[in-house]
Amino acid sequence: MISWGNFISQCFNGLVLGALLALISSGLTIIYGTLGVLNLAHGAMFMLGGYAGWVAFTYTGSFIVAVIAGSLFVMLVGIVMERGIIRYFYTRPHEDQLLVTFGLGIVFVEAVRFFFGSLSKMMPPPPGLGGIMNLGFMFYPTYRIALLGIIAVALLALFIVLYKTRIGMIVRAGIEDAVMVDSLGIDVYKIFMLVFGIGAMAAGFAGIVNAPVVSIAPDIGEAILVQTFVVVVIGGVGSFPGAILGGLIAGEIISITSMFNPGYAYVMLFVAMTLVLVLRPYGLLGTAGRE
Amino acid sequence: MRTKTPFLVEILTAIALIAAPYVLPHLGFTPNTINRILIWGLFGLGFDILFGYTGLLSFGQSAFFGTGGMFAAYLLTQTSFNYVMASVFIGAAVAAAAGYLIGLIALRRTGIYFAMITVAIAEVFYFVEFNPLSDFTGGENGLPGVPKPSIFLGFTTLRFNTDFEVYTFLAFWYFIGLVLALRIVRSPVGAILSAIRDNPLRASALGHNIHSYKLTAFVVAAAYAGFAGGLLGLMQGFMPPDAFMFDTSGQLIMQTAIGGAGTLFGPLVGATVWLYLSDFFQNTLHLGATWKLVLGIVFVLLVCFLRRGIIGAIVDLYDLVTGKKVKETPEQAPMELGLTPEEDEQRRGVSEVAPEPAPSLPQRRATNDQSGPILQATGLTKNYGGVVANSDIDFTVNHGELRGIIGPNGAGKSTFFKMLTCEVPPSAGQILFDGRDITGMTVTDVCQLGLTKSYQINQLFNRLTVRDNVMIAALAEIRGKFKLDLFRNPNSIPGLTEQVDRTMALVNLTARADAPVSELAYGEKRRLEIGLALATSPSLLLLDEPLAGMSPAERAETVKLLKSISQGRTMIVIDHDMDALFELAERVTVLQEGRVLTEGTPDEIKSNKQVQDAYLGGVHGVIDA
Repeated sequence: MISWGNFISQCFNGLVLGALLALISSGLTIIYGTLGVLNLAHGAMFMLGGYAGWVAFTYTGSFIVAVIAGSLFVMLVGIVMERGIIRYFYTRPHEDQLLVTFGLGIVFVEAVRFFFGSLSKMMPPPPGLGGIMNLGFMFYPTYRIALLGIIAVALLALFIVLYKTRIGMIVRAGIEDAVMVDSLGIDVYKIFMLVFGIGAMAAGFAGIVNAPVVSIAPDIGEAILVQTFVVVVIGGVGSFPGAILGGLIAGEIISITSMFNPGYAYVMLFVAMTLVLVLRPYGLLGTAGRE
Repeated sequence: MRTKTPFLVEILTAIALIAAPYVLPHLGFTPNTINRILIWGLFGLGFDILFGYTGLLSFGQSAFFGTGGMFAAYLLTQTSFNYVMASVFIGAAVAAAAGYLIGLIALRRTGIYFAMITVAIAEVFYFVEFNPLSDFTGGENGLPGVPKPSIFLGFTTLRFNTDFEVYTFLAFWYFIGLVLALRIVRSPVGAILSAIRDNPLRASALGHNIHSYKLTAFVVAAAYAGFAGGLLGLMQGFMPPDAFMFDTSGQLIMQTAIGGAGTLFGPLVGATVWLYLSDFFQNTLHLGATWKLVLGIVFVLLVCFLRRGIIGAIVDLYDLVTGKKVKETPEQAPMELGLTPEEDEQRRGVSEVAPEPAPSLPQRRATNDQSGPILQATGLTKNYGGVVANSDIDFTVNHGELRGIIGPNGAGKSTFFKMLTCEVPPSAGQILFDGRDITGMTVTDVCQLGLTKSYQINQLFNRLTVRDNVMIAALAEIRGKFKLDLFRNPNSIPGLTEQVDRTMALVNLTARADAPVSELAYGEKRRLEIGLALATSPSLLLLDEPLAGMSPAERAETVKLLKSISQGRTMIVIDHDMDALFELAERVTVLQEGRVLTEGTPDEIKSNKQVQDAYLGGVHGVIDA
């Protein structure tokens, strides 16, 4: 029988996972919305963030440095990727974009495997956030609660950048109509580069802060990528609020189903996605025409 | 892949399959690798029909590969059913059935949504196989003990035990699979699948039910995948659970892209390269797990620089050597920024030879002897949010009439046409065509009833030839909106060739019949655009700015063409070229600000004060003649 305590703690797990998925998905969705490119290497960005953070942590022993260094590294990877390869694919068919990002994802994963091996790496939680905490009604790992806060702050930062700054305004305008933004005299390609960098960084950041919860391995990005797709389909492509809503829904579905039988977590996720596709084909908060 | 000699491709393939086991080992291929290549090649035949021909990039083929293989292996190892090939066929049928159900969901969306949904679905299959169904599938252990291939012939059983015997067995099935796939891509269904890849919007506007055709391609691909999965189990004597893994789908996609999509042989060539390199890197260079990194880099470079894969490169090289013109690969995606090719050409404009008077086409359901209205729109209104594009339009056209519609830019002419052809649903009002209420019908159904449109901006199938373009339009009329003649030769369809030839003659493109659309001049594309609409034998033909972007000489010729088409046909023409329109039309309707301003004969319109004000009074923009 499932106890209330267990249930609540799984709901909490779902919330944490959901927030994590929301952050990664918002990166994927703003890249797609602005550039029109679905980045199949997005899961690899998540993984790269974890490894970059882990390397920085091994050298400095500081969690904060790890987070900053890892995020900046993945942002750099994103920018180089956009400048070096992706921008030549804007005028090519969607299929080619999928193929090249898919290939890049494999290259990233295998490169990490080459340098760090296949064995997983552990990163300890930052000092003071280890152990478990008594919330009164249940015991819960302290770091996961902190993680919820960290991700909430990151999402808030992303929200502020997107909705409260001039750059964000341009990005959102670019999601609606990149050609028009270009016609208005704004160098839209510079914006594309920036968006790709920020989107990649969102995934990379998530990869580092999640590293103390789930140990990192070269192929952790793959499962995350699939879950991210479901989130984006549920929330609606190109919608930042949709990514957050979709992320939370997916997180809860996975966690609560896992409580009964982990084997069905994906099935339930898939059922939810199908329901959304049937009832609201453009996603819960999506708009028609962003395809 | 089209050749003049019948069965040339089949014969060459048979020769290659017979030669392969004697040649390839000398190049360093192990017998096991050669057998694997055939399985991947067979798996890829279906995938190429889905991806290369229909343009649907699925990342979920592992689901069907695994399902077919697992089901066959389950029958052979866990039940008393011991007919080997029957099990494989049942597995393929189960995979096809799964493909049908999954296709219903995944094909609700296209493009990247489709890619994401197929990824998610494949992952579900993987988890279901591993967990809830592990009692049947052996979970992570897979199903061992699958018997060696054999074919029960009733009087005797052929057994295939050695590597070479297994090769003959697999080569036989590959050959059968290839022959069937060639029949499919050369059938009317194959032509329509290519049309869907090039321009789904036009394919459905011409009266094809593209959803059903896409579903067909999806099911065919799933059946091939399931069949190949079954053979994998037989070849290995063991059905591995990793057939279900995402990596399987990924490898298939990469092999197809390496070999060249849209050729049927791409997956086979890609698998040959892939498996050879993988053996070479691991066994000769001892790279260990690094081989995947090297292959990944090779793959990325290939996508960047050899977009049509190895086969595409060979074809280009061959053309170069034989001195044929090397042509740019037709660009499919509209430019993200800047002008589309059409717009670019519109600015240039190319002069054409005058069309010869051509025999006119028959039209379906000979309605032209009738009198009275063929089209009646009442109270037609369209709002886009707060913007009213059309408001309360009453409009009637009689049988055999040639009606012109003019109006300043932004008057709502194109929106009005889109509502008449049911491309966009009206916000209010009713449309009667031939006495039938077509309000709310789909563009496909309306085209099937005999009402279609030529587009203001060319909507053609760019990678196909002129003949194929016209054929696809004609097929819609002859075959209806959906027909599953997967293995039929289009040349055997009565009346098709005649109708295609007549249409091409009518729009004066007979000399260009075998040229791909991407090589046509703008004026030729414009005529083909009209030809596509004509080939569906419409009883009511709408023409949205047929003269747009043409040079004065081309205009004169196109007007002549329109006059010859209009014999015994009802037409409505929108254009900004007043002189041409007043010469053509019997009656003219003037739209302004989404409303009917007035209606009358060309002379009445010319002298109408309101019309003059609308155009010259400066209420709205200028006439871009």
